[in-house]
Amino acid sequence: MTPFIEVKNLTHKYSAGTPFEHTALDDVSFSLERGEFIGVIGHTGSGKSTLMQHLNGLLKPDSGEILLDGVDIWQDKKTTRQTRFRVGLVFQYPEYQLFEETVYKDIAFGPKNMGLKADEIDRRVKESAAAVGLSDEQLTVSPFDLSGGQKRRVAIAGVLAMEPELLILDEPTAGLDPAGREEILNYIDSYRKAKHATIMMVSHSMGDVARMADRLIVMNKSKIALMDTPAEVFRHADELVQMGLNIPVLTQVFMKLKQLGLPVEPVYTQAQAVKALTALKGGNADA
Amino acid sequence: MDKAISVEHLKFAYPGVDDTPDIVVFEDLNLQIKQGSFVAVLGGNGCGKSTLAKHFNSILLPGGGKVYVYGMDTSDPEKLIAIRRCTGMVFQNPDNQIVANVVEEDVAFGPENLGIASPEIRNRVDRALKQVGMYSYREHAPHLLSGGQKQRVAIAGVIAMEPKCIVLDEPTAMLDPRGRREVMDTILKLNAEKGITVVLITHHMDEAAQAQRVVVLHQGKVAADGTPREVFSQVELLHSIGLAAPDTAELCWELNKHGFDLPLGSLEPDECAQILYEALKV
Repeated sequence: MTPFIEVKNLTHKYSAGTPFEHTALDDVSFSLERGEFIGVIGHTGSGKSTLMQHLNGLLKPDSGEILLDGVDIWQDKKTTRQTRFRVGLVFQYPEYQLFEETVYKDIAFGPKNMGLKADEIDRRVKESAAAVGLSDEQLTVSPFDLSGGQKRRVAIAGVLAMEPELLILDEPTAGLDPAGREEILNYIDSYRKAKHATIMMVSHSMGDVARMADRLIVMNKSKIALMDTPAEVFRHADELVQMGLNIPVLTQVFMKLKQLGLPVEPVYTQAQAVKALTALKGGNADA
Repeated sequence: MDKAISVEHLKFAYPGVDDTPDIVVFEDLNLQIKQGSFVAVLGGNGCGKSTLAKHFNSILLPGGGKVYVYGMDTSDPEKLIAIRRCTGMVFQNPDNQIVANVVEEDVAFGPENLGIASPEIRNRVDRALKQVGMYSYREHAPHLLSGGQKQRVAIAGVIAMEPKCIVLDEPTAMLDPRGRREVMDTILKLNAEKGITVVLITHHMDEAAQAQRVVVLHQGKVAADGTPREVFSQVELLHSIGLAAPDTAELCWELNKHGFDLPLGSLEPDECAQILYEALKV
């Protein structure tokens, strides 16, 4: 079966042919299925952003290909343009990209560019606004009168309104408080379930990606260092630390518990930790 | 004088646009910060953290009450320059704070504006860059540095002005884990070795846990104030205002609902593991 997204031997160099030449992606290959939640981690300069910008055709590979449903996204101009609607990209601090007079117009910008009919645009604007928790009254105000957290939602709604099949988000929760972070993550996951969309989320918050993602991509030095389930990835704790990454705090706690001699396996979410420890306590009580 | 900053009955509101009412941030805020201390300020988005920080070097002036910086009234225009020499600010986005094309020139910008003689500027710039571990990059172009490096250059630019107090408003929000560590290590070092008073505004509970004192703001009021251990033990309070405790404290709190009886103050993973081990060993 053809995978939804297939990246084959992707290489990208910045400032090629100059003394500043830098290989940002070096022979990267992987594939994604529909409905998957993928977390992308890696320190600054590891190639995360360059990779993301290739997936919707903002950057062109120096070599290698990106296939969407088996079709090379650079096959012809029409396919490339279509790719930009099918793959939605939410940049870091997207609230700085708002520009329209009203929230409604800002969210409608993408669907309008897609050449959709007015009633379809209207449906999409309202649906995406509701999906990120914006009220109908807020649609008529200027986005610049909203708080930072609300602006962030408007920006995300603007991308959701294009109903992308692959939604890529670069640190969507940076700068938000814990309650705001949780809400945004829930909206993203609801969108994935409602549209059977694939999500790629770049984050420095290991706890968040570990909890949300089905699989993780770990970027290091322009290559994919690891790509596996969170449980498998966080087994490589020492390697991750060497790459300048953290491991989730709870995983650290459990690694220490194991060192101390308790019969536990590494976990990365609170629910897992509680389950493992209460089971252990129950076992002790019986003994 | 051992008080660095004293906030007394502070009132502040942002004026409303057209017919909309004023947005009241503080009605009666009181807070004292000791010279040489490291205080973290936590709070949800919109609780007034950044508004408060901007009162510490007269970017904003009180609508009522007083803010004193090293005994100087921030609303006294005569004291403005002296106050800004005392208190340096570092903001979230390093790209918005860097003005020059060469690292050392950027760091020299502040002292130049203070009218300091050039040999002394040279000394201060070198010293400041060494303190943040960026001396070897002094002739580099700032835009080619990583986020953590840029933020350290911004901090060097502030310490070259030799302030007694540095206020950092979410300095690590845009950085990766390595950059965050670099900045945190720099802040801790300046506080410990130079005795610079540090006010750190952050959303990262693990950063706040490294401070000597944590102040939690909610709706313009101090909701909690104490050592990290004291503040992060109040898990319910933190939840009720949209915040969370560090993952370790959250885990212990959750386990206590499942029949455990664990203290909530453990913040470091190793310490937390030790407590769990004591509770579980046969």
